[in-house]
Amino acid sequence: MDTNTLKKKANKLRADVLQAVTNANSGHPGGALGMADVWSVLHYKYLNDRPDQPRWEDRDRFILSNGHTCPLLYAVLADKGYFDREELDHLRELGALLQGHPSTAKGTPGVEFSSGSLGHGLSFSAGVALAGKLDGQKYKTYCSVSDAECQEGQTWEAAGVASHKKLGNLCAIVDYNDSQIDGKVSDIQDVAPIRDKWESFGWSVIEIDGHDYDQIDGALRQFNRSDDPDGIPTVIISHNVIGKGVSFMEDDYKWHHGALTPEQLEQALSELGVS
Amino acid sequence: MSTLVNQRGEKVKTRDAYGEVLPRIGEKDEDVVVLTADLAGSTRTKYFAEEFPERFFNVGITEANMMGMAAGLAMEGKKPFVSTFAIFATGKPWEQIRQTIAYQSAPVRIVATHAGLTVGEDGASHQILEDISLMRVLPNMKVIVPADSVQTKAVIERVGKDLSGPVYVRLARAGFPVVYEDCDFEIGKAEVLKQGSDLTIFATGLMVANSLDAAEELESQGVSAEVVNVSTIKPLDVDTVLGSVKKTGRALTVEEHNVIGGLGSAISEAVSERHPVPLKRIGVEDRFGESGSAYELIDHFGLTADRIAEEGESLLDGEL
Ligand SMILES: Cc1ncc(C[n+]2csc(CCOP(=O)(O)OP(=O)(O)O)c2C)c(N)n1
Ligand SMILES: [Mg+2]
Repeated sequence: MDTNTLKKKANKLRADVLQAVTNANSGHPGGALGMADVWSVLHYKYLNDRPDQPRWEDRDRFILSNGHTCPLLYAVLADKGYFDREELDHLRELGALLQGHPSTAKGTPGVEFSSGSLGHGLSFSAGVALAGKLDGQKYKTYCSVSDAECQEGQTWEAAGVASHKKLGNLCAIVDYNDSQIDGKVSDIQDVAPIRDKWESFGWSVIEIDGHDYDQIDGALRQFNRSDDPDGIPTVIISHNVIGKGVSFMEDDYKWHHGALTPEQLEQALSELGVS
Repeated sequence: MSTLVNQRGEKVKTRDAYGEVLPRIGEKDEDVVVLTADLAGSTRTKYFAEEFPERFFNVGITEANMMGMAAGLAMEGKKPFVSTFAIFATGKPWEQIRQTIAYQSAPVRIVATHAGLTVGEDGASHQILEDISLMRVLPNMKVIVPADSVQTKAVIERVGKDLSGPVYVRLARAGFPVVYEDCDFEIGKAEVLKQGSDLTIFATGLMVANSLDAAEELESQGVSAEVVNVSTIKPLDVDTVLGSVKKTGRALTVEEHNVIGGLGSAISEAVSERHPVPLKRIGVEDRFGESGSAYELIDHFGLTADRIAEEGESLLDGEL
């Protein structure tokens, strides 16, 4: 897919997120909008999967540790045909396939991991990557981690173990949007210097502007080129803007959660060029 | 003496009551310090932060660390209140609580919000149904579940005073029906809210309101149910519990929690050892929650007044 198509895909995903959250009248749109560009390139260009065979053995694994951003995952999965698009209209309802946080309990196709409690995903991903190595499988394991998750001790326990065990098939993608619930990460409990931290934990660090398609593509290409089973893990630190693509949401941590009003939704969709 | 409201008004959030009363405690006592892990707004500790920023610490998403810090603060004579969602206040940092808070008997006030099913749409990951159990099993730990916003204020005022060890207070996200007009709260005291002679309903938290309603339904069917608010689950008020079952001869327990390890277990332990009577536990049947609106879930998981009344009748009919 060319860059223009990927950009359009990203905006369509953003629109789906906003529509689903507004319809549910709760949920977490901000972080999701910020990650949409990186995810568009990852999910449509690099991730090796088969939507009609969600548990295909050789699929690349995509693990969402910052589970509150799941409307974006659901939008991707629906668009790829993992399940009916109509499921998006039932997000967060009683009995819904699409739970408020990703859940394997409901058997949602394409959901690899039940998340929602922050800080767990990188350990799980290290386990998945280790299993791939043990079985001599070629799949890659991607793990989406938020910047606020870099405050949790468990994230760093996993980071240390993953490099020591040489999990070169593991790629963490950090949503570095400087936002968490109560404010800016840099005000609440800073995680800087984040590059130095990951480097000192033995990771190969690629830092990008998460809205620059050349940089996004370059980072994912670099990880995919490295085929050394005993290499070191890669982290893509993606500088993202929370609420990206919608003027009144951009760079405002308060959009961590919350539904839009119908008027806000209309404006957002028109700014995204989707209606 | 507590008094109950005559008529139910609007639902009120227990966390709102907490947020309101905490700064008043901080005002009277400079040793009060408050910690949260990126949930100042949701736990309502932000009101304390606005008035006493120098005694408020938002430590980011570091719950295990936060419990260790609270223990250190308490051992140095501070009065720490620690607040986050109940899952992250008990589940994630359980061993830190055990080693540094309970074992050292550090007087830390763990006041957790968003317990139980009434978390609603966020779903199972956030709906802890095991916290009473996790805290009850720890030596030195006291466990308190207020029935409504009025009792919450009384509880927070009490635990703001001197304590010999740690306490866990379980609050919720959603509004609860207000049952108390006035609440006289004492740690370790269960309260008979309605006298009865045919069976005793032991309830805690939101289930107190539903049990009072169930008792009314039962009354209209000629069944006399006693309702006991067990707001302190540990230490359990064994005298009140046994006094009641000796009178009624049957017990129902009701909680917005797994039937394993919580109120139902605590009452069963006391009753079966000292004065066995037929007993039925109502709660979540050893499973996880799911997304849905708060009261839709209460209905879905069978925690309504109707269900309680039904189980009460079955208990009388001897159909267990
Ligand atoms: C262990 C844990 N603690 C607290 C929470 C509550 N919580 C949900 S999201 C969040 C922080 C949000 O920051 P970030 O993960 O960076 O997400 P963003 O707002 O950037 O999408 C918190 C504290 C949680 N889900 N898990
Ligand atoms: Mg963030």
